[in-house]
Amino acid sequence: MRVPNVNGDIMKEFIIKNLSLRYSDDNESLRNISLEIESKAITVLFGPAGGGKSTFLRVLNRLNDLADVKEMKGEVIFQGQNILDPKTDVIELRRKIGMVFSRPVPLPLSIYDNVAYGLVMAGEKNKQKLDHAVEQALRQSFLWDEVNDRLKDSAYSLSGGQQQRVCLARVLALEPEVVMLDEPTSALDPIATSNIEEMLGELKQQYTIIIAPHNVQQAVRVADYAAFFLMGELIEFGPGKEIFHTPRDKRTSDYITGRYG
Amino acid sequence: MNQTRKHDDQLINSVIRITGYSSILFVLLILFFLLREGLPALASTPLKTLFSIRWYPIEGYFGILPLILGSILVTVVATLIALPFGIGAAVYLSEVAPPWIRDILKPIIEILAGIPSVVLGFIGILVFVPFIRKFLDIPTGLTAFTGAILLGLISIPTIVSVAEDALNTVPNSYRQASLALGATRWQTIWDVTLPAAKSGVLTAVMLGIGRSMGETMAVMMVTGNAATMPVHLNSLFAPIRTMTATIASEMGEVAAGSQHYQVLFLIGIVLFLLSLVINIFASLVSTKSRQRSERLLS
Amino acid sequence: MTTTSKHRKEKINEQLGFIGLRIITLLTVIPILGLVAYIIVKGAPAISWEFLTAPPSNGMREGGILPAIVGTIYLTIGTAIFSVPLGVMAGIYLSEYAKESTLTRLIRIAIINLAGIPSVVYGLFGLGLFVVFLKFGTSILSASLTLSIMTLPTIISTTEEALRSVPNSFRVVSTSLGASKWQTVRRIVLPQALPGIITGVILGLERAAGETAPILFTGATFFLPILPQSPLDATMALPYHIFVISTQIPGMPVSIQYGTVLVLLIFVLGMNLIATLIRSHARAKRQW
Repeated sequence: MRVPNVNGDIMKEFIIKNLSLRYSDDNESLRNISLEIESKAITVLFGPAGGGKSTFLRVLNRLNDLADVKEMKGEVIFQGQNILDPKTDVIELRRKIGMVFSRPVPLPLSIYDNVAYGLVMAGEKNKQKLDHAVEQALRQSFLWDEVNDRLKDSAYSLSGGQQQRVCLARVLALEPEVVMLDEPTSALDPIATSNIEEMLGELKQQYTIIIAPHNVQQAVRVADYAAFFLMGELIEFGPGKEIFHTPRDKRTSDYITGRYG
Repeated sequence: MNQTRKHDDQLINSVIRITGYSSILFVLLILFFLLREGLPALASTPLKTLFSIRWYPIEGYFGILPLILGSILVTVVATLIALPFGIGAAVYLSEVAPPWIRDILKPIIEILAGIPSVVLGFIGILVFVPFIRKFLDIPTGLTAFTGAILLGLISIPTIVSVAEDALNTVPNSYRQASLALGATRWQTIWDVTLPAAKSGVLTAVMLGIGRSMGETMAVMMVTGNAATMPVHLNSLFAPIRTMTATIASEMGEVAAGSQHYQVLFLIGIVLFLLSLVINIFASLVSTKSRQRSERLLS
Repeated sequence: MTTTSKHRKEKINEQLGFIGLRIITLLTVIPILGLVAYIIVKGAPAISWEFLTAPPSNGMREGGILPAIVGTIYLTIGTAIFSVPLGVMAGIYLSEYAKESTLTRLIRIAIINLAGIPSVVYGLFGLGLFVVFLKFGTSILSASLTLSIMTLPTIISTTEEALRSVPNSFRVVSTSLGASKWQTVRRIVLPQALPGIITGVILGLERAAGETAPILFTGATFFLPILPQSPLDATMALPYHIFVISTQIPGMPVSIQYGTVLVLLIFVLGMNLIATLIRSHARAKRQW
């Protein structure tokens, strides 16, 4: 069922060609981004705030449809299809490309209903299947042991770190191809942060992961590949080791060594 | 997503869209039916008759001037009565009162908004009318002034709530800046906060006027309903008749389609257009001010 | 020295100003409470089981007000049947579907104008459209439809406001999990906004229940010995009944007048109270 884009020997999850985007208020934008994102690896998008990372992520699952986008050009090929095509089934697409946000936003439902939400919306009614999926997703996000006796409680009764893991579990329950995380630890304490980072290492066995990390240190810790975004432009992209140790562009090295941002 | 569900979604989306447009449809329908029943009056009744000063339908006198002036008189006086109380209470609630007092007082003012106008008219008849007759020593307490007092009372909740909203949208930084410059809270209210909320307060006044102009039952019950021209100084303390009261008291007794019926609808058109003007003006003023304050805050 | 005396003068001004504002506010609030208390005191003695369950007799001067109570309940329910679905959906449209456009601005202007049209003009419109043109006659149906359109702007505006108070992040998250627009509205936004919507609906219906002018020529009748049998019957109603017994009937016992007013007041303020309770309860329970 999965049709990988084969480009040489490397499996590509996304091929992005000349992507440009402008919001109505001209605030943040993307300029001519071309990039190939590898399957089953962690790709890190880093750079100063307002550089277009969030916008870029929200193009990949077409969540930007909710925002006031004035103009969008270019191509994003995912599973052989240009998902920017108006005919794309965006609902199907979003089930394949899950997203975790910077602040934990549990839906105002129970823990169980939060995790089952995507499946229920997809029309899954079989209680056993749902139970199974919820348990598995909570186990994958290391939360099962902490919450299995209180699944009917409100998700808001959990701590911030637990809430963020519910948000991850909620994405995993849909068994997506890609998991995107937009500064997922920015609202968390160091322990909860390292929990999440640890999890990422396991998750990449199964999923393609794209993450806009909280800071450069986190980027260095988790990256297989890294892309440096500055003011809507992709400055540099390559394997994490090269980008962080031998950056080719001066702006990249300036940023990594903390000269701005 | 399976196909039937997609169709269900499309169906509900279009239903919601159509209901969204319904308000426009209703305004047009109201206008259409007022015109349909009221415009023939212009054919059956010469303009000279309509703009005469005598309203006596049984003998064919359809002069609507006394009714228009009657409405204007009670509305103006009612607004003058309501303004100090309405704006004063709004300023107190928004700028001075501690939260717990606000939490008690606001629902009480909302109660007033909820009291049906017929109840206020009833109290007007039993309490205000005899009081005014005795207090001012005039032959009847059924006067324009009595109506204006009731209308003032009725429009106060509107003025308070809209003006208070307007004051609340003034950014706190304004007040802090003024206080930091050494102004007292009292000076800040008059020199900074109220001017900044000016257009919202104006909207409150406009809506209060609209409320008074359109009020029917209470006015009809206490103003005596005499269709005289209120052009004398003491007209305020004599019976008058408003447009709304005329429609309410006479429509029940006329034959559908008769000249009298048509003229009553014509008065309805006048009321409709007046409320249209007042409300469009009020909404223009308030959207302009909202845009400005949003710009300031962002 | 001059600055301190000036400062003191300003402080005194401020104190006097605040006292003035307090007095003005009290002068606004006390009459309201006095009014309600007065009606309760004067009306309570008239209220008895018979008063609530018997029809009027002896030209309204004796007996009860049952047909008027039942009529007002019918009219309120009738109004709710038409205005709630329409108003709530229109509110959903404005909050969740409408984009900023000329059409949306027109809709908003239309709503503001509907809210401002005098109630007696609604009566004329109801007469022209429902009673005469659609031939529903002077009936509960005509009166309910007229009241519905009058109530619509309140319900639309409060629904929109309630929906807008739901954080946008819920919509973004729900959409990102593959929920359609309607699923997001139905599963997440609407349940969270429900207390606010119910509050608005009750406040709108409260207005309708107390209105007289719109039903004068569309559905209200002076006297009805039996209860209305169908939606096409005319009906007695509390507000109109108060108008009748306070202006049209000479020698009307004051106790029955006050009793009737008290019943309407309880009906209307009771709805108000319920709305307030729902609102504060929901605020206390809210998690976000």
